Amino acid sequence: MMTNAAIAMNRFGLGARPSASLPVSPTDWLKSQIGKYDSKLSASASQPSRASIAAGFREYQLDRKERQVAGKGAVAAMPGDNMPQIDPAKIEKVVNALRLQYVAAVDARMDAAITSDTDFAERLVHFWSNHFAVSIDKLPVLALAGDYEFTAIRPHIMGKFSDLLFAAVTHPAMLLYLDQAQSIGPNSPLAAQVAARRNRILGLNENLAREILELHTLGARTVYDQNDVTEFARALTGFTVGGMGKGPVQRLMAQNGKDGDSQFFAAIHEPGDRTVIGQRYGQQGAAQARAILSDIATHPATAKHIATKLAQHFAADVPPPSLVARLENSFLESGGDLPKLYRTLIDSPEMWLAKQAKFKSPWDWVISSLRALNVRELPNNRQSANMLAQMGQPIWKPGSPAGFSDMTENWAGGAALMRRVEIASRIAERSANRVDARTLAPRILSTQLSTMTAESIARAESPSQGLALLLLSPEFLRR
Amino acid sequence: MLNRRYFVTSGVLGLGVAAFPGVGWAAPSTNKKFVFIIQRGAADGLATLAPTGDPDFLRARGDLAADATTGVKLDNMFTLHPAMAESAKLFALKQASFSHALASGYRERSHFDAQNILESGGGRPYARDDGWLGRLLTLLRPDDAKGLAVAPAVPLALRGPIAANSYAPSRMPDANSDLMARLTNLYAEDAQLSALWSSAQAAEAMAGAPADQALKGGAALGQMTAGLMNGPNGARVVMLEANGWDTHFQQKGRLNAALGQLDALVGSLRATLGSEWSNTLVMVATEFGRTVAFNGTGGTDHGTASAAMLFGGSLANGGKIVTDWPGLKASQLYEGRDLKPTMRFEQFTSDALAQHFGLDPLRTRGVLFPDFA
Repeated sequence: MMTNAAIAMNRFGLGARPSASLPVSPTDWLKSQIGKYDSKLSASASQPSRASIAAGFREYQLDRKERQVAGKGAVAAMPGDNMPQIDPAKIEKVVNALRLQYVAAVDARMDAAITSDTDFAERLVHFWSNHFAVSIDKLPVLALAGDYEFTAIRPHIMGKFSDLLFAAVTHPAMLLYLDQAQSIGPNSPLAAQVAARRNRILGLNENLAREILELHTLGARTVYDQNDVTEFARALTGFTVGGMGKGPVQRLMAQNGKDGDSQFFAAIHEPGDRTVIGQRYGQQGAAQARAILSDIATHPATAKHIATKLAQHFAADVPPPSLVARLENSFLESGGDLPKLYRTLIDSPEMWLAKQAKFKSPWDWVISSLRALNVRELPNNRQSANMLAQMGQPIWKPGSPAGFSDMTENWAGGAALMRRVEIASRIAERSANRVDARTLAPRILSTQLSTMTAESIARAESPSQGLALLLLSPEFLRR
Repeated sequence: MLNRRYFVTSGVLGLGVAAFPGVGWAAPSTNKKFVFIIQRGAADGLATLAPTGDPDFLRARGDLAADATTGVKLDNMFTLHPAMAESAKLFALKQASFSHALASGYRERSHFDAQNILESGGGRPYARDDGWLGRLLTLLRPDDAKGLAVAPAVPLALRGPIAANSYAPSRMPDANSDLMARLTNLYAEDAQLSALWSSAQAAEAMAGAPADQALKGGAALGQMTAGLMNGPNGARVVMLEANGWDTHFQQKGRLNAALGQLDALVGSLRATLGSEWSNTLVMVATEFGRTVAFNGTGGTDHGTASAAMLFGGSLANGGKIVTDWPGLKASQLYEGRDLKPTMRFEQFTSDALAQHFGLDPLRTRGVLFPDFA
């Protein structure tokens, strides 16, 4: 019973908080979060609008353009020297402004994670945000990543998978990250115009189409081939972003003035019917990609892929096949109803085994540490984003559309462990004068606390060292 | 208070020996070193080592390939990218060699599956949980079997029966040494954590001074890596990760930057390793190449064959380009869009390593790439 309460809080949730009482019925407590979850983030109210993000980004691009024009005008420019004099301070100022928006969004995310009473639901936000990963190593994504999670992921995690899918892949951050915003139907009206006038060929970019099939829905090596990728890429043409891209599309689109928003621009959509995974799609315009997305969202391969990833995230790197099968059935039978899927997870006996099979990711470890000590910020608050980067998990920067891995080997490295030791020491120093590790440990870990750890904490040379040992104990590093 | 580095190097708990289990610290016998740089994201071999002597190349890429001709012409067929000036110098000194139209056995176009195969050396994705670099360690003398990844955790390629180390530079203050000793006790009965913990401490000790400095670019990474390889206790088999190759969009500028960093990395490895450069082999490879034609957004999409590179002070094929060029006419392309692979990555790698470490080529291939052999 006590063990189940600890499992509910530490394995399903983001980690126990000393202020919360142990849930009487762990499964009811988890299920109640599905209804109580608030998709609105109190701190996100102060987030900038997409239009203002786009304005900031365009300023950066204008600077770049001036720089390029200056380069072309230079008479005796050396090869490779085509980007000369431009005020670097100005560029830096704009990039810094974009970066500040990112840092503010990271803080809002951390704040919600640390203070939430519906932390199982918060973990689902993080899971889905990582499943539909964008990465801020592309500059336009830097300022949009927060908006992406707050407006495309958060409002949709308690609905149908197909709605979540559509919201995620058509958000400007995703359209820009996976190059969809610039993909143009080679036979679209606009491409024909440009080809006739300037003898320049505009065309497809299949990046987003491929990653939707491989990473977001069906999974690699399943039911699709290169033709399906190309056909789907043709269907997706038209989905683009106002005010942030470059080139002829942006010039023509400029007048309709939806800066920073996703839009369907019919002039670049590839005309004609499409065939994807043996299914013919006769719709035209945006309805075509929507119909394809809707079909693949409930495909059996998608059910299997999602079930496996969810089980890997919550249960074990190699999850019990019985658990995966049960989640898969739930997904298939309900047509991708996510609350039903979560209830199935909660009711699965495989989730309640005493053995701690998962090694916490840096994010989960930091958040659970701050929850345990009841502090809102890392020692160096403004740089919480940097600290997570030091541990190998920079927020919204997985560096690849596959997102961060859920496998132990990716987090349980020597260097990564050393970073945790350093950070635990810093966090512990700040809390030592008000928290006693000896009483905190059993409250947080309940029956998961080992004799070894309890003794080690009791023998610590200082209150601060005791707290550090708690945060670094094997049972706190795992869940 | 004892400084942590002093604490570790002074061997208070004998951790220096524990860092590489089963390995003594006696003077090594070969001194041979190997560095594998993985280009994650599918580097465009056709832009890196441009086949400017193939008339179909300029025909296929048009204006977008024009700057390829501004690089250093290596022979009648190939021109090295202009951002790789240092590598071109090494080629002239017979300290670089390239291979083109090369691929692993993987023929789909998923980064993740392809990197899994490139690292595991297996015949299909996710079939193995160890990697060919990790298995290489089992072929080396115990003194030479010291693996290190410059990354927060050990990547798949370097996993295997002999535990490799990982190191990533920190910008945080050191934790105190008493806490370190207590953690050693706390982890004593936990096999996974105690192994990680001793390797973490050993790596910090080896890295020395540059550890607390932020890494800036390829030159700094090369310098730090060479430091980790220094001396009898230094790492011998090292893996580095280079990113930024997935150039779907505006390839020109991005590839220029990525290749420039790679070039600086190789140059700084050579400069910092000094006389040890003659004992060193550096290999650069990617999971697959990119489409021959540019896409609609000034970039290239996922393709098949690409180029690989070797650098070192005593190369067998220094100053040569090894390729069985398949041609770039539409009928010569793989699936009508990609450079066709005519050489296998597995063969290329095992041959280079067998030659460098003086191992039997057949046995090396069998251990590193059992599905290929």
